[in-house]
Amino acid sequence: MNNDKNLVDIDEEKLQFRVAREAFVSDEILAAEYENIFDQCWLYVGHVSEFKKPGDFVTRTIARRNLLVTMGTDKTLNAFFNTCPHRGATVCRERSGNSKNFQCFYHGWVFGCDGNLKSQPGKERYSSDFITSGAGNLVPVPRFDVYAGFCFVSFNVEVEPLPDYLAGAKEYLDLVSKYSESGMGISNGSQEYAIRANWKLLVENSVDGYHAVSTHATYLDYLKNTNGGLSSIKLEGKSLDLGNGHAVLEYTAPWGRPIASWIPLWGEEGKQEIDQIYARLVELHGEELADRMAHKNRNLLIFPNLVINDIMAITVRTFYPEEPNYMLVNGWSLAPNEESDWARKFRLSNFLEFLGPGGFATPDDVEALESCQNGFNNYQLVPWSDISKGMGKETPNYDDELQMRAFWSRWNQFIGGTPTPNSNVRRIPSIAVV
Amino acid sequence: MNDVAIEKNSLRIPSSEDFAAYVTRAEVEDLLYYEAELLDTWQLHDWLALFTEGCSYYVPSTDLPRTASADDSLFYIADDAVRLRERVIRLMKKTAHSEYPRSRTRHLVSNIRILAADAKEIQVAAAFVTYRMKFGNNDAYVGSTNYRLRRVDGQLRIVEKRCFLDLEALRPHGRVSIIL
Repeated sequence: MNNDKNLVDIDEEKLQFRVAREAFVSDEILAAEYENIFDQCWLYVGHVSEFKKPGDFVTRTIARRNLLVTMGTDKTLNAFFNTCPHRGATVCRERSGNSKNFQCFYHGWVFGCDGNLKSQPGKERYSSDFITSGAGNLVPVPRFDVYAGFCFVSFNVEVEPLPDYLAGAKEYLDLVSKYSESGMGISNGSQEYAIRANWKLLVENSVDGYHAVSTHATYLDYLKNTNGGLSSIKLEGKSLDLGNGHAVLEYTAPWGRPIASWIPLWGEEGKQEIDQIYARLVELHGEELADRMAHKNRNLLIFPNLVINDIMAITVRTFYPEEPNYMLVNGWSLAPNEESDWARKFRLSNFLEFLGPGGFATPDDVEALESCQNGFNNYQLVPWSDISKGMGKETPNYDDELQMRAFWSRWNQFIGGTPTPNSNVRRIPSIAVV
Repeated sequence: MNDVAIEKNSLRIPSSEDFAAYVTRAEVEDLLYYEAELLDTWQLHDWLALFTEGCSYYVPSTDLPRTASADDSLFYIADDAVRLRERVIRLMKKTAHSEYPRSRTRHLVSNIRILAADAKEIQVAAAFVTYRMKFGNNDAYVGSTNYRLRRVDGQLRIVEKRCFLDLEALRPHGRVSIIL
């Protein structure tokens, strides 16, 4: 990679913030992103609600690494590399389930859900201290931690503690985890799709308040057509830089929120239900926080690739590049563990209308991102993208581009090029060999 | 081994003739082939007219069991009659960016079987491959559809269309922006 080149170009005087389109197309930059970002940062791996009893497990691919996350017999969560320490075969080949043991089918080694080797055919042919040395155990990921129910891994032993890493985003994770006394959980069913575009385009898009009116014209038409689909509440709010590359938009919007903004479409039954949910939020958290929870939408980005959009429903979304122009996306719905059938139905309905690859909005986002990627074919002659909107304004609006600048400034610190102003982050050393 | 063979010999092949009092397979084929034609020619308003008033259209997420309900599980698509109508209205607009310019599609329907039928309702299973071609990408959606049909004024109409994708994930497609 060309370190003497500005990939992020910031002109504080002209109030111009530009990103080199090369950053979206280059194989070298993608390699640097894996080495300097995905191998260094905390990455979302799952939610505690996916593990209810000992032996519950999920397998996930996180930054090209196959992981097995389990709840041990002592109910602690563990994350392992999903590869047999013997000769490498994938140990668990199911997506999720419950099992106290995991048997590698290649040579029959059996591991407990705590990762320890329990048995191996022909054990007598191994030295006596083979088991005691732990050499036959599943290898844990270097770092695993949980914040507000969100589980993260890091492949960097020396990564800063998760709460420090999350910086100002902690408050927003706390908030979204407190909607229900029953706790929050991932709903059944995940949306797994791909976009033929660079992953950073989805970062930008996920926290982009500027594109809605144009890109999602048909979604807004739909809400207008559906009798009572929209309230009179205006789209307005602010965007915040939460530090460490994290950012959030917090704003009011005319669509309904199962927690807890009523729209006429939901009728009297719905109104009673929403009023009850709101009253309980006030009891639990006080008027001010309850109002924020119920009536404000939040598009939250946790650097580098976790998006929690608490909008007409709550989506948890993460994505990884396979190629500069191809990413894999995983999306889930986050909801109270216990809510009425009415609320769950409208929540999922709200989710589907907007979010996900079959919704009335996300396909147009996918189209926009692929369209950008296609435009980047011209990067040598049209080298810059502009994300200056709202620069220098005292209060950045929800539809300004501050949140993207927060991401790109942080990205630039990891990837190199010319340091951005306020650069205070050292380059984290490469992953240690475990 | 013998036991298995004997049992297999006694296995009766289900026949669509069993339901001849209510519907023939040829009639169902006519409906599904016509449906495919309407979709491939983007005559979506006419396509919608094939559905009953209280209709629904589902595409469950690829990791869900076939029995999953959209009331408590996250689908790709779970349209009631209103949202299905709105889907059609949306898809016919130039501002439905994902499908304007329109993609080319080819809906192939096969393996059509009548599962059950009575005076009220007819249940049909079919396999499908729907190709979507746009901007140099050719994506194939592969799966099976369960239809619930009903006669309205003598004509077969769709009460429910539920498309189970066989794909492990929507990759590389990235969307179900067309109707399957």
